[in-house]
Amino acid sequence: MLRLNNIEVMYNNVILVLKGVSINIEEGKITTILGANGAGKTTTLKAISGVLRSERGEVTHGTIELAGERIDRMMGHDIVRKGVVQVFEGRRVFANLTCAENLIAGAHVEPSSAAMRQRMDMVFEYFPRIAERRHGRAGYLSGGEQQMLAIGRSLMSNPKVILLDEPSLGLAPLIIEEIFTIISRLNKEQGVTIGLVEQNANLALRISDFAYVMENGSIMMEGPAAQLLDNADIKEFYLGISEHGERKNYRDVKSYRRRKRWLS
Amino acid sequence: MQPILKFLSAKFAWILLAAFIAFIVAEGGVGVLIKDWRFAVELAVDGVLTGLMYSLIAVGFVLIYKSTDAINFAQGEFVMIAAIVVAGCLDWFGLPLWLSILVGFGFMVVFGMTLERFVLRPMIGMNIVAIIMATIGLAFFLRGAGPLIFGAAPSTINLPIPDSPIVWGLLYLTPIKLLGAAVSILFLAGFGWFFLKTRKGVAMRAVADSHQVSMAMGINVERYFAVAWVTAGVVALLGGLAWGNMIGVDTQLALVGLKVFPVVILGGLDSIIGVIVGGIVVGLVEALTAGFVDPYVGGGMKDFAPYVLMVIMLMIRPYGIFGRRLIERI
Ligand SMILES: Nc1ncnc2c1ncn2[C@@H]1O[C@H](COP(=O)(O)OP(=O)(O)OP(=O)(O)O)[C@@H](O)[C@H]1O
Ligand SMILES: [Mg+2]
Repeated sequence: MLRLNNIEVMYNNVILVLKGVSINIEEGKITTILGANGAGKTTTLKAISGVLRSERGEVTHGTIELAGERIDRMMGHDIVRKGVVQVFEGRRVFANLTCAENLIAGAHVEPSSAAMRQRMDMVFEYFPRIAERRHGRAGYLSGGEQQMLAIGRSLMSNPKVILLDEPSLGLAPLIIEEIFTIISRLNKEQGVTIGLVEQNANLALRISDFAYVMENGSIMMEGPAAQLLDNADIKEFYLGISEHGERKNYRDVKSYRRRKRWLS
Repeated sequence: MQPILKFLSAKFAWILLAAFIAFIVAEGGVGVLIKDWRFAVELAVDGVLTGLMYSLIAVGFVLIYKSTDAINFAQGEFVMIAAIVVAGCLDWFGLPLWLSILVGFGFMVVFGMTLERFVLRPMIGMNIVAIIMATIGLAFFLRGAGPLIFGAAPSTINLPIPDSPIVWGLLYLTPIKLLGAAVSILFLAGFGWFFLKTRKGVAMRAVADSHQVSMAMGINVERYFAVAWVTAGVVALLGGLAWGNMIGVDTQLALVGLKVFPVVILGGLDSIIGVIVGGIVVGLVEALTAGFVDPYVGGGMKDFAPYVLMVIMLMIRPYGIFGRRLIERI
């Protein structure tokens, strides 16, 4: 569905952030990108959704294809029309607009007002809390509600692919659980393809089909989510479980070396 | 402790404001006593009309702020340029008035588009201060370039509107001010409706909220920028016609742009209702001060009284009467 072929991204014409990243987001599946802070996950999503330019960033090498069509030279607002929408890290709801107005803005590419209202009803079904607060200003919602609104807003454009950037950021475990359940439901019930960036590897891998691990602007590891969930390194770095408890043995030391390389 | 302090400072704010309002009322009251009350009413009505004509200038500023988040320090110069073009068509080419206005309209559309395309679009993503500096530079450029191209000789735009006041009961109403105020209210109501009730208006407010996120919603941010600047240009033409007719056309005309600041600070930078109320308050303060205070202090207070009010307002309610409070929760 969505394929990144060996892309490089540069900011301000000097800072090379992605150094040849290839990712395949399969249709109807949930694909996760894991990675430490600063690995380039957000940059990857922004490269796909075409909003890099507003940050003086650019795809300098490689291609991004949506169902075979190149989209890496397109403007962000045209890419939404093609069916790819990004939910930003940190929610980024339109704070001064009401919840309903946020959804209206999200439906900008939908010319028919009737279709827009239909989608709004669908969003309200998935997120009853947003329905209750539809006339309240989005800036006053709780973090969890803002995340729901941000996801709901992305649904308004009738997307084929939703790119979610750290939807669990700064939220309480219960809310995270709720949001991940909804993401999973959207994928199954609406058939939306999902690209997910997460630090919360455990949860992300459990709802995903395929996963990539990114480090320092390159892909270090990839595989079916279940397989990565079993991988010792992933366990230790993201899930906080070490295989032999607290005991220090040769394995731990080896992993530690590997981790150091990871984070350098 | 914190909440108490907050409460007190909020109270203090209102005390200051009440004092100022008392001052204005006293102005009027003293005026009634020593002059006659008809004079006071007349001043007030004239002040309200003039104020609404300030609103007409300020709305261009608010439009740009609301949709692009840029502060346009050149709004007064837009007004001046529009008036100079129309006056130039009338004086130099002897075009009929309607054609001159049409040329002015076309000019402002192209002007707004060019400005957006070549000055502001390349600045997308830059710091707000950089954009403010650019508009300040633009203001001085226009003040120099306008007279350079179109001549510095003061001119006027004579609209086919009678000069003699309309007598209505006790009131003497200046026709051009009536018309200016009516046009102002009409346009402001139109903009208010657009921003609140139409999908495009909502999109425009979304753009102001965040360029990047709007782009990711499929909104063509650059097109909305262009629309905002062109509209600001066209509104400036209306202001230029009304004010040019009243005070003549030369670089001095740009100075009405300075009145934009008390108007929008009072009303709120991003509020259409605020523009109306802010304009009326500024007009009233000016007119009453001119009528009742200036004669005793030798004049001049009229011009800075609105700024005094503006400073008080900034201290107590920086987002204006109707402006949005910046939401700080993340
Ligand atoms: N606009 C920008 N200009 C310059 N450098 C940037 C810009 N945005 C990101 N970077 C740099 O690119 C690198 C990758 O950033 P990115 O935001 O993609 O990381 P991330 O994997 O999403 O991290 P996190 O988990 O902290 O969100 C970082 O070193 C960052 O400093
Ligand atoms: Mg990130």
